[in-house]
Order: sequence, then C-alpha cells, then structure tokens
Amino acid sequence: MDAIQKQLLEEVAGIHEIPQGAYNLRVNGEGAGRNTTEHIDIVTKTDKPGIDIHIRPGTKNESVHIPVLLSQSGLDDLVYNDFYIGEDADVTIVAGCGIHNAGSERTKHDGIHTFYLEKGARVKYIEKHYGSGDGNGERVMNPQTIVHMEKDSYMEMDTAQIKGVDSTDRLTKADLADGATLVIHEKIMTHGKQYAKTDFEVDLNGENCGANVISRSVAKEDSRQVFLSKINGNNKCMGHSECDAILMDNGSVSAIPEITANHLEASLIHEAAIGKIAGEQIIKLMTLGLTEAEAEAQIVNGFLK
Amino acid sequence: MLELKNISYTVKETGEDKGIIHDVSLTIQEGEFVAITGPNGGGKSTLAKIIVGIEKPTSGKIYYKGEDITEWSITERAKAGIGFAFQQPVRFKGITVKDLITLATGEKISTTDACAYLSEVGLCARDYINREVNGSLSGGELKRIEIATIIARKAQLSVFDEPEAGIDLWSFQNLIRVFEKMQEERTGSIVIISHQERILNTADRIVVIADGRIAEEGSREEILPKLLDASAPACSVLQEKTERQGR
Repeated sequence: MDAIQKQLLEEVAGIHEIPQGAYNLRVNGEGAGRNTTEHIDIVTKTDKPGIDIHIRPGTKNESVHIPVLLSQSGLDDLVYNDFYIGEDADVTIVAGCGIHNAGSERTKHDGIHTFYLEKGARVKYIEKHYGSGDGNGERVMNPQTIVHMEKDSYMEMDTAQIKGVDSTDRLTKADLADGATLVIHEKIMTHGKQYAKTDFEVDLNGENCGANVISRSVAKEDSRQVFLSKINGNNKCMGHSECDAILMDNGSVSAIPEITANHLEASLIHEAAIGKIAGEQIIKLMTLGLTEAEAEAQIVNGFLK
Repeated sequence: MLELKNISYTVKETGEDKGIIHDVSLTIQEGEFVAITGPNGGGKSTLAKIIVGIEKPTSGKIYYKGEDITEWSITERAKAGIGFAFQQPVRFKGITVKDLITLATGEKISTTDACAYLSEVGLCARDYINREVNGSLSGGELKRIEIATIIARKAQLSVFDEPEAGIDLWSFQNLIRVFEKMQEERTGSIVIISHQERILNTADRIVVIADGRIAEEGSREEILPKLLDASAPACSVLQEKTERQGR
C-alpha cells in the first residue's frame, strides 16, 4: 500500500496496517489481501464481483475487516458482499470505503452488503465512508445494506460519512423475526455542493422485535440531504426513528418519515428536528472562553461524535 | 475589580424605546461577594448579561481591573477571567458532562479532576461524567452541572444568575454549602442574583434592583433585615383589604 492508501485505511477502518483476525482488503477494484480464521471463512464469489463471509455458529469476540480503498480516478467499482452469521455468534464487522480522487473523472464505489443473521446471532457493524483528493472528479458511493434477522438476533450498525463524498444514495433494508433487535446510528456531514440521500426500510415482522433508527447530520455550505425512513409494524413490536439535523450556511435537509402499524400492538414513533445551532449554545461556550467559530466546531463535533 | 458606570439599557418594543436598566452604577471589589436581589422583571438578569457581554449597554461604561471592557466580546471577557452561570442551563446533544467541564477549565483534565468538580455540587460523578448534557438530565441536575462548570473555571469574577432556580430542596442544601465554601475561600469576586434568604445571607453586600434602578445598596447586616421585614403583601387588593380590616 502507498501512503495515500494507508491514509484511507486509517480513515475508514481506524488502522494503519493489515488488521488482526479475518480480513479482506480490496484496493482499486481488486483483492489485495485476505486472511481467514478457524471460525471465519471468506470466499470469492464466482458469479459476480464480491465475497461471501461465513461466520460459524458460536464464534465469539472475533472481528472481520473488509475495507475498500480507491485511489485511481475514473474507477467504477461494484461489489456484492454476503455475510452469513451463524447461530449465537457474536462478532464485529468493520467495513468502509475510502476514495482518493486526484483526477478529473468520477470514481464510484457501490457496495451491496447482505446480512443473514441466524438465531441469537449478534453483530456490531461499523461502516465509514470517506473521500479525499483535490481533483475535479466526483467521489460517489451508493451503498446498500440488506439485513435479514432471525429469532432473537441483534444487530447494531454504526455508519458514518463525515467528509469528502460528493454524492451518496444509501439504502438500508431490514426484516426482523421474533425478538430480533436492530439499532442503527447514522452520522452524516455534507459540505460544498454535496448531496446525500439515506433511505431506511424496516419490516418489523416478528413478535416483540424492535428497531431504533437514529440519524444525526450536519448540512454545511450548499449541500443537500434527504432522510427517508419507513418502518412497518406488522406484529407486536417497537419501532423508533429519529432524524436530528443541524443546518449551516445554505444547507438543506428534508426528513420524510413513514410509519405504518399493521398490528394493534405495534408501537411506532418518529421524531425529527432540523434547525441551525441554537444561539444560546454558542453563547454558553463563548462564556467558557471559546470564540464563536470554536464554539460552532465544538457543537458540531459533539453532535456527530 | 469591576465597575459599572452609568449603565443604561433600552430595547425597542412595538416601535418604542423601553428602558430596562436606568443609569446604574455599581462597583464590585476584589474578593467581594455581592448579592443582587429585587422583584422579577426588575432588570437583574439583564445586568448580569451586560457584565458578561451577552448584552451591550445602550450607554455607560464597564471597567474590569481598571480597563474599559464595554466593547469586549463574550469570549474576550471570559478569557480575562469572567465566568457566568446561566439561569436556564443550555442543553447540548453529544457534548458530555466531562467535555463541558474540560472546556470550562481550558485544559486537558483527568476524569478524576472532572469528578471532583461534580462532587462539589453534590452529584455522584461516576453516574454523570459520561452523560450528554441534554434533555435526559433533569432541570436540577443540569443546574448543578452548570454550577460545576463555573467552579471549574476558577474565574476571577463569577456571575451566577439565580442559582437556586429549578433546584430541589435536597440540592439546595448542597448549593448553600457551595456558596459558603466560596465565601470562605475567597478565590475570586462573586456576584449572585438571588431571591433566597440563605444565599443572600452568604453575601458581604446586597444590592436591591427594582424597575431597572438600584433601590437600595448596603452591607448584608444593613439590608437583609429590611428585606425580611418588608412583608407587605405583593397583591394590591390584599393590601387594601388588610388596611380596611386594620381600620
């Protein structure tokens, strides 16, 4: 890996070198390294680009890293990654994509991730998207995450897109069986003329299943964001979605919630709040000795922490 | 330490000038503990905001350690050692109690150090240190955290705007102890806006502000008995009734 790729890896996976445990590294559209363990197998797909990740039942405290790094201008990378999480396994999966585009052509990565969580499986999924490079070429990412959750499984998704992605259209779909729980924390910051659309579709099918979708975003300069969330309560279940956005400069944010209860015992809530930073927050931090700009930065950092 | 010289503050209300503060002059000595009291709507909070720079006076001058700070920003005043505890503490999504205390001290501090400030205001630090300063905290908890940030600042001049507002009885005992301790230690000058007798009782000097003017000013021994004696009914109807019955 060269210095730029190392920097991308640091941004999206928080690591400097080859990760511990199972991993699959994809650089500029090609496999650049892989490690499997006794409990985690990674197999290249034969019918389309991408990999299958098999995590054996009962696997505990292991992690899988699957970073994607693009440092060539003009690449159009599409991958299908399928995750099979065995019964009662408890693992952390770190995905993420970094694009460095120093050229004038568009560089694009579309990661289609499908998760199959068996009974009682637990997954913590961390996904970071990051763009850099001073070329005119656009950095585009359109990820899709499809989650199928069996009885009593649990998935926590932390997704972040904080810097440098010009256009993103993300789709997250989930269906939950009895007692399954899905928690999503999404953080997005857009600036310049960036556009981000994020779309959640959750089907709460099982008895006593629940989903909590929380999105926090900051739209700066001339950027635009659209937050869509659709939660269907098809059984006795709990569903909550929350969109909290800070507007700065000429930013624009739309929050479009849709909650549908198809069962008497379905309890669904949606909350949305969009607005500029409260003046009193800035004043409070100024009384602690921060300048107005420092106070703003502190508030935004805290909000997206 | 601080001198307010002929401070007036006027706002525009339905196109007309409305005076909030009228020609107030006040001096706070180094290490002095001054309580400002008086009826609601009398201009006390506005005066506090003028001291810390949140509001600019329409006329008059503010001197701090001999320097004219009338045109200084909030940040400049804070850096020069002026602290302010809000009457209604501000909530932040994502900023933790530890973050806020760290910002207040202006340097990196350990969790143990941050906990010490929380303990001073009667909060069990372990339960609070990593919590966000948001709506999940009660009014009383937020208020105590607010006061902890001011203690952490170690300001040379601390201004508290009604520290007792929104605090429950149990916390109130703690709060009184906090002010008594500040009074004993005398690390800086303190201005407290308060209606509470027990807080007024910790002050060296009491200033009564009503209708935007200083109505009375003097030592605690001189002013406090007068305030406590002034038990005239606040309601004019009740007052008339009492007078009629007296006749």
